[in-house]
Amino acid sequence: MIKVLKPGFYTSVQDFGREGYQHFGVPYSGVMDRQSAAFANSLVGNLINDAVLELTMTGGAFLFEQETLIAICGANMCAKLNGIKVPLNKRLHIKPLDVLTFGKLINGFRCYIAVFGGFKTKTIMGSKSFYTGITPQSFLKKDDVLKIDALKKTYYKNNTTFIPNFNFTTNDLEAFKGPEYSSLSASQKRLLFNTPLTISNHSSRMGYQLKGFVSNNLPSIITSMVRPGTVQLTPSGMLIVLMRDCQTTGGYPRVLQLSAKAINILSQKYMGQEVYFKNMD
Amino acid sequence: MAYTLTYKLFSECSILITWPARISETILNDMLCFKHKIENSISNFLYATNAYHTLLVHFNSDFVFDDLVKQLKMLYKDKGKDLKTGSSRLWRIPVCYDTCFGIDLEAMALDKKMTVKSIVETHCATPYTVYFIGFLPGFLYLGGLDNILATPRKASPRLEVKKGAVAIGGMQTGVYPNASPGGWHIIGNSPIHFFNPLLDTPCFARPGDKIEFYPISLKTHQDISVLVKEQVYVLDYKLL
Repeated sequence: MIKVLKPGFYTSVQDFGREGYQHFGVPYSGVMDRQSAAFANSLVGNLINDAVLELTMTGGAFLFEQETLIAICGANMCAKLNGIKVPLNKRLHIKPLDVLTFGKLINGFRCYIAVFGGFKTKTIMGSKSFYTGITPQSFLKKDDVLKIDALKKTYYKNNTTFIPNFNFTTNDLEAFKGPEYSSLSASQKRLLFNTPLTISNHSSRMGYQLKGFVSNNLPSIITSMVRPGTVQLTPSGMLIVLMRDCQTTGGYPRVLQLSAKAINILSQKYMGQEVYFKNMD
Repeated sequence: MAYTLTYKLFSECSILITWPARISETILNDMLCFKHKIENSISNFLYATNAYHTLLVHFNSDFVFDDLVKQLKMLYKDKGKDLKTGSSRLWRIPVCYDTCFGIDLEAMALDKKMTVKSIVETHCATPYTVYFIGFLPGFLYLGGLDNILATPRKASPRLEVKKGAVAIGGMQTGVYPNASPGGWHIIGNSPIHFFNPLLDTPCFARPGDKIEFYPISLKTHQDISVLVKEQVYVLDYKLL
């Protein structure tokens, strides 16, 4: 068992989400940065899509009541084990009553903790990912208790560490043309790939609003499908990049679609940072 | 199957198929029929979801776009492979139009120079077609609202609309499956669950089905709510 001493700013259990349930209007959900979550899981010998904890921006303290293996990947939030700094991207052997704490954000925005065997919250519609109205809770609270597997003696003993070759500090977001891209004018198309865009404070697991692109004369579309990575252009000229918890349908023109890698990169960015779209077509 | 369709890659492993940009039952049926054929004929198919005039088809990541589109185009034209889709069903949905739930009914009646009674009768008069489920888990996009009842959305949305609220927004009517912010005009409340994440099939309705509303009293609303809560309420439907 793991006891939540402090939940941090926004912490939830996430796996790779509810792909295939969208015909019920169910969001995809799942870890924002799949790459980092997959690294963390691999380090403790899990499947890449096992359930992990996703910590957002800052904080969090967890008491381990049993022995296990963990790995921390993604954002650097100054993780400490019993008050001593521990590295990212490395398998750590946890003893009963160890306390893992997180502090100030150094880089990135979302940090992932994988445990041996994955977190054992309830699976609903093929996923453990927290989402209001689907799972009993939407984020962790103080004193929550999380079940985990007992550590098997046969666990992967090899002590290899690997350095993930994943650079989320880049400002380039790879994007493909979206279904309504062709309705943009030539100058709008040029601007879309050459304007620095600033992440606004209206950014969450549902979507990131980007400021800086102002001209829009495209009409709304008949409600159609959207998915994580879809870039919508609103009537006010705001660009919205839909993220993992987005709705399944929308009525704004879909001008771009981010690559899987770009969604991971954007997940590690926050309010005030600048990004560019990079044309992949 | 005679429409000109467009095929676009939409993210790495899905293809967006688009019909002419209209809301029509003929297009919906054509789309559902094609969806059914794809489900049964394309080997690396994973799943598909539809909206009014678009079908998003997800595949295993290993596909060559041009080859797959060629295959899909042939399949669309192949009448021999037209399969009968499962029968649609007509669901009868109880709605309490008491003004304690229908908080916008009186303002709407005033605005439209209609009585509350005639608004309710009009809303219950015709079955609506389920086009798809989107926006919120279990939110049905329904077509077929009487023009007289069409009402522009509120200028500023309510921060919370109750679960089960039956509402009108623009040319659409629908039921809020869960409490949520919303800008539609609320005319009643249904005690039925439109979304239950714990069931294998969390929504009873599917695209192509019909929905018919019928008025119930406040007392009946309370009674049905109890049965729904105890999971013993059985929703009435007819095969079409």
